[in-house]
Amino acid sequence: MSVLLMADITVFVLSLLVGFEVISKVPATLHTPLMSGANAIHGVVLVGVMLLAATATTAAGYLLLLIGGAFAAMNVAGGYVVTDRMLAMFHARKEVRS
Amino acid sequence: MNTFDTVVHLIYLGCAVCFVLGLHLMNAPATARRGNLLSAAGMAAAVATTVVVLAYNGDVTVLAATALTLGVAGGTIAGLITARRVKMTDMPQLVSLFNAVGGGAAALIAFGDAVAHAGHLAGLPLQTSLTTVLDLIIGGITFSGSLIASGKLAGKVPGRPILIAGGRFISAALALTAAVLSALFMAGHGGIPALIGITVVALGFGVLMTLPIGGADMPVVISLLNACTGTAVAMAGFVLDSSPLIIAGALVGAAGAILTKLMADAMNRSIGAIIAGGFGTGDEQISGPAGATGTVREITVDDAAIQLAYAAKVVIVPGYGLAAAQAQHEVVALAQALTEKGVDVSYGIHPVAGRMPGHMNVLLAEANAPYTELKDLEEINPEFPRTDVVLVVGANDVTNPAARRPGNPVSGMPILDVDKAKSVIVIKRSLGHGYAGIDNELYTDPHTAMLFSDAKAGLAALLAGLHAYTA
Repeated sequence: MSVLLMADITVFVLSLLVGFEVISKVPATLHTPLMSGANAIHGVVLVGVMLLAATATTAAGYLLLLIGGAFAAMNVAGGYVVTDRMLAMFHARKEVRS
Repeated sequence: MNTFDTVVHLIYLGCAVCFVLGLHLMNAPATARRGNLLSAAGMAAAVATTVVVLAYNGDVTVLAATALTLGVAGGTIAGLITARRVKMTDMPQLVSLFNAVGGGAAALIAFGDAVAHAGHLAGLPLQTSLTTVLDLIIGGITFSGSLIASGKLAGKVPGRPILIAGGRFISAALALTAAVLSALFMAGHGGIPALIGITVVALGFGVLMTLPIGGADMPVVISLLNACTGTAVAMAGFVLDSSPLIIAGALVGAAGAILTKLMADAMNRSIGAIIAGGFGTGDEQISGPAGATGTVREITVDDAAIQLAYAAKVVIVPGYGLAAAQAQHEVVALAQALTEKGVDVSYGIHPVAGRMPGHMNVLLAEANAPYTELKDLEEINPEFPRTDVVLVVGANDVTNPAARRPGNPVSGMPILDVDKAKSVIVIKRSLGHGYAGIDNELYTDPHTAMLFSDAKAGLAALLAGLHAYTA
């Protein structure tokens, strides 16, 4: 077990706890946008796909970049836009609908 | 660590802070949109920083850059188009689809990393080989499982539980195969072919896991798959030693886990029983035999409209049936007409009303219901004793008072205490059973009147009746 791995595990566990703490306060009214917004956050997998580009030198590697890039970008772009669309509909009074 | 690396690391940390604060702002409807934008800003910064890192290190070949750019451009366009066009009723399948591609991308990272180290896979440290295998398994299951779930929600795959003969035996065999291949790979044998085998097995497992699950259990399943994607992304972060992926993955994993627990509790089912599957049906309302033992009182549209118009306080309880009938605009129109007559109207929303956690709230918000009128279970239950009329539309088991007694299928399930109101009107096509398959004692309560009608038509008729009566 390396120091690096220990640090990564520490970050993982603490992030889980922060996640539980923050998300358990979200009201049921917002659970769909929450799920969709959390979905968009795991679109950060795009960063991972991009990092792979530095090591890809084979046809298989390029193909994985193409598909992975498409998947991750769809996740992140679509996720944030659809969450914003949903949240824009939540308004306190009837008059203020835009 | 040189200065460049330090700065990059700090920016990534800042992005992670944006994600956490963004989720924190989601705890109130008034700030939620800002939270999502903050989270998106963090994401944009993370992606931009990664572009700079790749350019700075200069080790990306032209072909790699081209493949990545093409993929990202295509994915972005596809994501934007679907996100703009999707109808709010179709939200669950879209979220499921985005979840699938996220899980798929996470699995591809493990694969891509292994391909890049193809020459010396046998010498991988355990921390990389183990997380590679976990990423492939979890990501693969999520990808195929979410696609099937999305198909079920969209009606492209039958929503009823699909039981495959010997399905559990096949699943067990697949799990065993995955375990053997994983052990082989971690011991330094098998290489890429072993990883391909693990991926195929995981994909098959995801399909077999999701097919037997009934349409009504979907809110739990998509929450669970969401948690799985988060975990897969965190595993990808371990493989690449990238902290933004680990942090974001853990946050999403926590979100999915909380929602899974909440949904399973709200349906009074254990997560294990849901995964075992074979329970419940598809989207169609179950019209079981009318086996009600007590007397059922019927009410006409005109009488119901008059009763609503004369009430001081009305609570509308929309359920799964309303979402299925897509009658959210009709129900909000009726609520607005009542509000204009000075009636205090609010909505009592059970956690599992709709097809995904909180779905009913989004449907009502889209139909222009102010969020201040949307009340969850804990908020609305104390208000029922002060309520003149409760209008139940398309909800069944979640209003059954039998849940307070032990010894029946809904025992212990959190319910909306509509029977404590002064009177109840239920719009329903028949006295058919709900998901739990038992009689709803609410229907034979002396305070309850039944308006036998389809949700959409019934609400429209009530609105017309209200206008006719007060015009």
